[in-house]
Amino acid sequence: MKRSLALFFTLFMFVAASVVFAAPPTDPLGVVTIKPGDPIHIAYWFVTAGPDSTLGVDTKRGVEIAIDDIKNNLLGHKIKFDGQDSGCNAEGGQAAATKLASDPTIVAAVGSNCSSEAKPGAPILWNAGIATVSPSNTAPYLTDPKRGNTYDGYLRTAHNDKVQGAVAADFAFKKLKVKRAATIHDGSVYAEQLANVFAETFKKNGGTIVAQEAVAPTDTDMKPVLTKIITAKPEFIYYPIFVAAAGHITRQVKEVSGYEKVALMSADGAYSVDFYKAAGESAVGMYHSSPDFEAFGKVYEDFLAKHLKKYGEKTLAPFHAHAYDAANLIFKAIEKVAKKEKDGTLYIGRKALRDALYATKNMKGITGTINCDQYGDCADPRIAVYKTGAENIKTLVMPKKSFWKP
Amino acid sequence: MPTKFQRWKESITATDIVMWGIGFALLVFIILGSILTLRAGRYTPVQWFDFVIYGLAQGSIYALVAMGYTLVYGVLRMINFAHSEVFMSGPFTAYYVAAYFYRSSLLESHPVICLIIVFIVSMSISTLIAFLLERIAYRPLRNAPRLIPLITAIGASFTLMYLFRGLYGTGFQAYPVWKIFDGKWALFQGLEIGKMQLFVIFAAALVMIALYMFIQRTRIGKAVRSVSEDKEAASLMGVDIDRTISITFIIGGAAAGAAGVLYALVFKQVFFMMGFIPGIKAFTAAVLGGIGNIPGAMLGGLLLGLLESIGPALFLDGYNIVAPYQLKDAIAFLVLVLVLIFRPTGLLGERLAVKKA
Repeated sequence: MKRSLALFFTLFMFVAASVVFAAPPTDPLGVVTIKPGDPIHIAYWFVTAGPDSTLGVDTKRGVEIAIDDIKNNLLGHKIKFDGQDSGCNAEGGQAAATKLASDPTIVAAVGSNCSSEAKPGAPILWNAGIATVSPSNTAPYLTDPKRGNTYDGYLRTAHNDKVQGAVAADFAFKKLKVKRAATIHDGSVYAEQLANVFAETFKKNGGTIVAQEAVAPTDTDMKPVLTKIITAKPEFIYYPIFVAAAGHITRQVKEVSGYEKVALMSADGAYSVDFYKAAGESAVGMYHSSPDFEAFGKVYEDFLAKHLKKYGEKTLAPFHAHAYDAANLIFKAIEKVAKKEKDGTLYIGRKALRDALYATKNMKGITGTINCDQYGDCADPRIAVYKTGAENIKTLVMPKKSFWKP
Repeated sequence: MPTKFQRWKESITATDIVMWGIGFALLVFIILGSILTLRAGRYTPVQWFDFVIYGLAQGSIYALVAMGYTLVYGVLRMINFAHSEVFMSGPFTAYYVAAYFYRSSLLESHPVICLIIVFIVSMSISTLIAFLLERIAYRPLRNAPRLIPLITAIGASFTLMYLFRGLYGTGFQAYPVWKIFDGKWALFQGLEIGKMQLFVIFAAALVMIALYMFIQRTRIGKAVRSVSEDKEAASLMGVDIDRTISITFIIGGAAAGAAGVLYALVFKQVFFMMGFIPGIKAFTAAVLGGIGNIPGAMLGGLLLGLLESIGPALFLDGYNIVAPYQLKDAIAFLVLVLVLIFRPTGLLGERLAVKKA
């Protein structure tokens, strides 16, 4: 008798539960439940300290403006946006990702900034079921078909460096008409791959790569390596590395003899106001490959106005718009997959969210039309070359007009 | 009656032979690489001269910082890992003074006076930090087991680093350019030397000589030496141990503050983690020269700077290794290993009266 009562009671509980709670959705990777009044937690892993912090601050602001634009209201919930410093190196990325992965309230992440962080970090996040959208990782490896399924939760709104490296090489060969180029990378995933893409395209165009050197990101004395490079007689140096080391190279080029006529070019990783601070007046006349801001159109002007109003200064680095788009990509996907109860409780399936992110097609963003392919490459890549003038250094403002476009 | 040779033969262990094997293999690798590079004739003599100057300039900064490590090791037998933060604190603070001079265009009208003030500010801040560090973090643990001050030093290092991060922010600042150091002086036969490098080498040499004289010739210096030889005996002879140790930290701090300004003048960027790498390099330099030994620290610093500058080009270029400058730290540490195999106490030897515990 007692046993059947217990059985009946259990059955009743099941029925009652299914009626009252309308069965929370199941998901192979787990479901995030957001109670009424609780915020939706989206985390960043950006570089927020050290010489590359402009990259992190700039992208963080992009996301914050995106949150403002939806009036901090996603399906009736506020958004909680915080995160970790990822240091722009593999160890920092791993540490930041591990910290985020241990927080079960995080629905999705924005980041990382540097490709070296994403390489160890993205699999850690995905292992915890957290999908992450990067606004500024550009290394080809991260969305390569060979990357493996541990990167299944990784997407990016930044361009792939297969595009950027080729544009830089075309610029050097066709516009500047140089035949002998040298590259310097810093051993990071980003710099090494970008320098290689540049070298391949430059050779395909018919030029010669006379030296492929490398430094460490923490190196300060670049004069010896610059002396070595000049023995190969380059007419052009491409050093797609980060702010600190790129600043040292740009300054010290002037102290080594033989560089009087050599053109200098860096890339988006060192295209920031902090780089101007680091390099000082020696940066005048050098080139940078970077996203083409003129192609962004009218929406971008509105964004810039909001940015100026909110932070009281102009943008600091090239990836704020990509961060804005990355945030909206996540918001749209959450709207698509979230199951809402009458009382306001949200259920977000982790696998479902990832699939919705990957299924994004024809989304109008600031940086262009966002289309995600099966490996998470979502960008509409348009690259331009910018030239730094004396007034940019003096006023610490990025050049407005591009110098060359493919 | 065993001869000297026989006794020597008996004292050799298998480990010794393996170590010598590694040592000789490295030595052959280095010499062969150098011969190959020199025969390829890729670099002109002028370029070799440039390498030497760059190396000496970098090395003299290492040497100044290394003095701090070596002095403290001499009196306390501990590695003061927070010394890299002493090195950072001075120039990071003095940046704000330099930036003020730049904005008020005093820098342009009175560059030398500004430079002296920046040096004074940086050296006094570094000195103050070093003094407080010893007072607060190390003195209460003077008689604790050896491991405890070491761990405290690491803790103090992080505390100071993040204190300055809190004070001046996470971003970096760039020192203004002193126009007087722009350009080069032509020597003979096309040899040129950058004014900045020349100044760094001279200033570092001046500070080092001054400190060395202070230690060797003054009464206080004698007290420092006596404490480093035997603390108890020194205190029995009436030397105030606490005061002497404080002075040691002050001297090391002043050297680090001067080195910091030289570093900032050459490389411009200052931020809260700037001390970490130079700190490790300077510590290496101190070990290379023989820790506890002041001329050893100077020699080690200069040698390390030269190795980093010339090493990759001289040793590796001959083998056609791609991007040898990525390996400059590896080369520096390889040579450190080589030196420690043949001379376990460093080039000039540890100058210790008692054996390490």
